[in-house]
Amino acid sequence: MVFELLAENGLTDFYQLAERPGIRVAQSADGGHFAFLDEPAVRTRLVDFSDAKLTRVTFHLPAIHCIACVWLLENLFRLKPGIGQSQVNFARKEAAIAFDPARVKLSAVAALLAKLGYDPELKFADLDARPANPAARRLWLQLGVAGFAFGNAMFFAITGYFGLDAFTGPQLKVFIGWLNLLLALPVVVFSAADYYRSAWVSLRQRLLNIDVPIAAGIVAIFAQSVWEVASGRGEGYFDSLCGLIFFLLCGKLFQQKTYDRLAFDRDYKSFFPLSITRVGSSRREEAPSKDSALHTPHSALETRVSLSQLAVGDRLLLRNGELIPADAKLLAGPALIDYSFVTGESEPVAKQPGDYLYAGGRQMGGAIEVETVKPVSQSYLTSLWNQDAFRKDRAESFNALTNAYSQRFTKIILAVAVSAAVFWAFVNPAKSLPAFTAVLIVACPCALALAAPFALGSAQRVLGRRNVFLKNPFILETLARVDAIVFDKTGTLTAAGAGSVTWLGASQVARHSDVESGVVERAETCHATELDIGRSSYGPLTEAEERWLYSMTRHSTHPLAVRIGESIARQHFPEPVRSFLETTGCGMEGQVDGHEIWVGSAAWLESRGARLCAENQPQQGGTGERAAAGSATTAALRGSVVHVAVDGHYRGCFVLASALRADADALVARLSPNYELALLSGDNERERERFRALFGTGAHLQFNQSPLDKLGFIQRLQRDGKTVMMVGDGLNDAGALKQADVGVAVVESVSAFSPASDIIASAQMVPRLAEVLHYAKQSVATVRAAFLISTVYNTVGISIAASGNLSPVVCAILMPLSSVSVVAFACGMTAWLGRELRGGELRVERQPAAASQLSTFNPQLQKDLA
Amino acid sequence: MSVIFLLIPLSILFAVAFLFAFIWSVRSGQYEDTTTPSMRVLLDEKLAAKPAPTTDNSPNSKLK
Repeated sequence: MVFELLAENGLTDFYQLAERPGIRVAQSADGGHFAFLDEPAVRTRLVDFSDAKLTRVTFHLPAIHCIACVWLLENLFRLKPGIGQSQVNFARKEAAIAFDPARVKLSAVAALLAKLGYDPELKFADLDARPANPAARRLWLQLGVAGFAFGNAMFFAITGYFGLDAFTGPQLKVFIGWLNLLLALPVVVFSAADYYRSAWVSLRQRLLNIDVPIAAGIVAIFAQSVWEVASGRGEGYFDSLCGLIFFLLCGKLFQQKTYDRLAFDRDYKSFFPLSITRVGSSRREEAPSKDSALHTPHSALETRVSLSQLAVGDRLLLRNGELIPADAKLLAGPALIDYSFVTGESEPVAKQPGDYLYAGGRQMGGAIEVETVKPVSQSYLTSLWNQDAFRKDRAESFNALTNAYSQRFTKIILAVAVSAAVFWAFVNPAKSLPAFTAVLIVACPCALALAAPFALGSAQRVLGRRNVFLKNPFILETLARVDAIVFDKTGTLTAAGAGSVTWLGASQVARHSDVESGVVERAETCHATELDIGRSSYGPLTEAEERWLYSMTRHSTHPLAVRIGESIARQHFPEPVRSFLETTGCGMEGQVDGHEIWVGSAAWLESRGARLCAENQPQQGGTGERAAAGSATTAALRGSVVHVAVDGHYRGCFVLASALRADADALVARLSPNYELALLSGDNERERERFRALFGTGAHLQFNQSPLDKLGFIQRLQRDGKTVMMVGDGLNDAGALKQADVGVAVVESVSAFSPASDIIASAQMVPRLAEVLHYAKQSVATVRAAFLISTVYNTVGISIAASGNLSPVVCAILMPLSSVSVVAFACGMTAWLGRELRGGELRVERQPAAASQLSTFNPQLQKDLA
Repeated sequence: MSVIFLLIPLSILFAVAFLFAFIWSVRSGQYEDTTTPSMRVLLDEKLAAKPAPTTDNSPNSKLK
């Protein structure tokens, strides 16, 4: 379909651009799918710019992943008349598209993108005004102006330093003085403006932050130089001044490193979709029967509405993979809700009509119909955002390290300057004022101000290359002070979809059928360890059977099927599967190689006539069944169970256990001597013993925690004077992540959703958290060492200045020298320390987001609930 | 040697021209996305030229 569309328009080059352009047609969007985009209320808030002839809109397209995507999307105008220029921002996975609103509707643009496989990601948060990014542009301009002035002023000033004006007479000196004054003027007024503002704000709060001595120094140098030039006594320090501001702005730019594709301040709005399917007009129809809601086409009554229009009492249709936007009551359809993001519960929960559903759950399986009970913002999950932790901005300890140091520093400088002035007033009144300004000029804590931004900024980059992304470099200061670490279980310590897959053959079940269930349990555990990860080595599954199962699982996108498929993959070539049928919430069936294969839940298999014990041992039928049930129960304690039958005969089951991340135990062992550890889980207690053994007796282990409980737990720790780091994923940790001094969101894929946090870390880095913490401490130590170096420079400089002998040449040499050496030390040291983090294999994530979404958004096979 | 009084302002004039070029490049959003243009140069323009550019050429006119 996509090919036809492209071929028609002469865009077949697309397929030559990349070996696997990898366009996928997920759900072909029907025309009405995006109709809600044309509503004026939604439309005006979504588009960037609009007039009669041109509308410009920016869509977030998570599927962008290769150069061919860029090409195709920028040739969009060939596919549909009325669409104008489109421009892709690859790093942000965004496309800005211009179109003629008279000829193309916004919904048509979105539908075209969806048809090509680039489903626009429309989230609730998109309706909020997008913050533009003029701050970065302003900084670039300030830096450009300062650099321009610095270069030229230094050039001209050199003539004076080398005495070249001997050839031209004294006019050159005057001329260059005025020229440099002219050059420095925009620098002082425009480039340094932020320093005056910051200093003023801090003075009004009766604080002395680092910007106060900087602003004082800039003003002092400028005033002194202007006076020198105007009175014809010299050429001033304009070159040093411009250089100083240029270096300071470089530091600022360096510390402003942001990660475009990451958002650190997302709330539930970025998780919720923009639109939802509303069924009928809710209040007219009285609870329709299950059948009419699910099986008759209701398209006439179905409308896509934007989430902001949702009212209490609306009836909504949720399809497979869709999110429940507000607390609701289930009306129709057997629901299987995946709450993993909300509660941390790892298994989907089955719900019956009439049950209460919490917002944030994801429906897995067929379509269901629900009636909203609460507005979106008042639901169980979203009410978390009404907590204090989200309302007030915590007093940000930005640059606390530097500011603490500069408190003392500023006072000392002022004391030295005043006493120098007083001293010279008695000895030689003519030297009094120059000495005073000279001290301020030299002491202007350029090197001091640069130490932290460069050291921490370069540490941030080192960590960024290891897939640990900091919101800003100063998080490292807090990170170094952390003394309590709280872990979330699901998705953090245990890896989703990475556990062991164990095959339990029916013969094994039968063999233990005549012994007590306790023995069965032990036997099973023993097998489980023996057959860990993947295929059974003691195998009732023959090669052929493995191949059949592999062929079957390839047709399903259910997470369990995918995991089973991966575990038996080896070198099998998939065989054609005939009459494949996947029954939502039950299992799948199909014919491979002439054999009828059933894979699914115990109840489903039984309903189809497969006894859960081997049919060829009818004499043991009764006990066998009991044992099978027993083993299934014990297996269920360890993970999910998927049963298999071949030609109507029960063959056994796969047990899929959730596994601890590799090295999680080593991590805990490394952290426990130095940090107070705790585990919070929204999941039930079935794994308490396992984690007790892991964490030791000293740690807090809390299960069945609601998102609010987690927030409260962090608060209690903080009241005890702890600096708390929270490591979690999911929305259920959002409160705790926000409340904690350092919130670390763990993500499987960097482009995946993560709640508001200070650090976004790739899941692979979780086991190496101890090293990251150690590195943070080393970086902060580096900053302190850099402070020491800059203090040495200042002592030398100030002693020259206080003696009243500061010449422009000395100033022009001393200032850049101190700045450059401090910067070099800070960056070099952090990079050198960071080399340890490089050790060990670390795969940089290259997997396109599309692939990971494919496997999570289309789950159709129900997990076994035996 | 007095020609230097003419040459210095001239050199400044040239430098100012480059400064304005820089200011223009920042304002037109060239520092906002540094990844995509590097991919775009690899793409051929085999087909017909792009359509007449719409009223605004810059990618981020909204930010102005």
